[in-house]
Amino acid sequence: MSGLGEIFGGWPPPVLDPAGPFAGPVTALAWVLLISGGLVLAMVLGVTSVALFGPRRWRAKLGHERLVWIGGLAFPVVVLTALLLHGLSLTRDLSAPPQPGETRIRVTGEMWWWRVAYLDTAGREAVQDANEIHIPVGRPVTLELEAADVIHSLWIPRLAGKVDMIPGRRNLMRINADRPGTYAAQCAEFCGGPHALMGLVVVAHAPAEWDAWRTRTAAPPTPTPGRGAELFLSAGCGACHTVRGTPANGLAGPDLTHVGSRRTLGAGILPNHQGTLAAWIADSQAIKPGNRMPAYPVLSGPDIRALAAWLGSLK
Amino acid sequence: MTLILLTAAACADKSGGPRQLAGADAERGRQTAERLACAACHEIPGVAWPQGRVGGSLTGFAGRPLIAGRFRNQPDVLVRWLSDAPSLDPSTGMPPLPITAAEARDVAAYLYTLK
Repeated sequence: MSGLGEIFGGWPPPVLDPAGPFAGPVTALAWVLLISGGLVLAMVLGVTSVALFGPRRWRAKLGHERLVWIGGLAFPVVVLTALLLHGLSLTRDLSAPPQPGETRIRVTGEMWWWRVAYLDTAGREAVQDANEIHIPVGRPVTLELEAADVIHSLWIPRLAGKVDMIPGRRNLMRINADRPGTYAAQCAEFCGGPHALMGLVVVAHAPAEWDAWRTRTAAPPTPTPGRGAELFLSAGCGACHTVRGTPANGLAGPDLTHVGSRRTLGAGILPNHQGTLAAWIADSQAIKPGNRMPAYPVLSGPDIRALAAWLGSLK
Repeated sequence: MTLILLTAAACADKSGGPRQLAGADAERGRQTAERLACAACHEIPGVAWPQGRVGGSLTGFAGRPLIAGRFRNQPDVLVRWLSDAPSLDPSTGMPPLPITAAEARDVAAYLYTLK
């Protein structure tokens, strides 16, 4: 990735630095597994070395049947059963159905970006967005994970464990951030071509700020008329992209209603500014080979700048 | 003999003109270029991804006589080009970039390290 260190406070983002109550227990469990796995491996290697090279008296002790019963059967059964029970209860908490009144966000994995919809209390998709998830700090949020084409997996290392997105299914993931900030996420299941370039940004706001963000995002922007707006429609961008408040209502690609206020472009892979917008419009295939947006060699330099400026103005 | 000397003088390397940018720091410029993701349009030596094709490659930029094939490759011109290319060439595809004058000077210093 390029230029994202500033957005995420360093690149690559840390994976063992939980920032919320749904990530903490997962990280703790990862450490428990790593350390106890290491201890068991050391024990097995130790006993094997003794069995091969140890003094005769020690080897005789290892030959006893009791060792097999204890070390080979009782120990693994007890430890693995305990881990399984702990894992099941943890998973239940991490993917519990939302409490009444809790914020629900539907995230759909697409090749190779994320469709994001904020649900109203009746479960209808109230606000459409893409490639960014905005949440209030300190409140649990339920993500309804779906897939439009192939299996994807949403991984927000600092906020939760991975959960797969499977076509035809709806999996639940709960997230909650302790502090305001920006958290990196990544598709964690190979989904073809530019899978490695399928990132996502989670932005945690203070609750009042989040309410303001939601109100702002629910309203369409007031697109400035001009060359960029005309080109967006005449070049056919609206066949794939929606900009609310304009005739552009395509659903195949990311909603661009507020693209100018996003932190990244191309699904969490480039910083968002005039230069990268122009780069993406002119030749996204050089940046994210295989993605479904073609390069546009029919646009002139000033056309590309006008489009980039207009999209950047959609705050 | 005089003729030879005169000819030699006429052909002396003028690429030098001053390429120094007082107070600019090429390493800071490299970081700014990375933060902006200049590579989304320009192939840059040492940057594995992205390798954009929209703008020209920046390989060998330090020794290139013209910026964008049109303008003298001198520090003052380059700094202006980086901040606001359309003010020099209204037909360019390179938009004005969100950088301060000091950052543009750093990036220029960085570009002059690209052999």
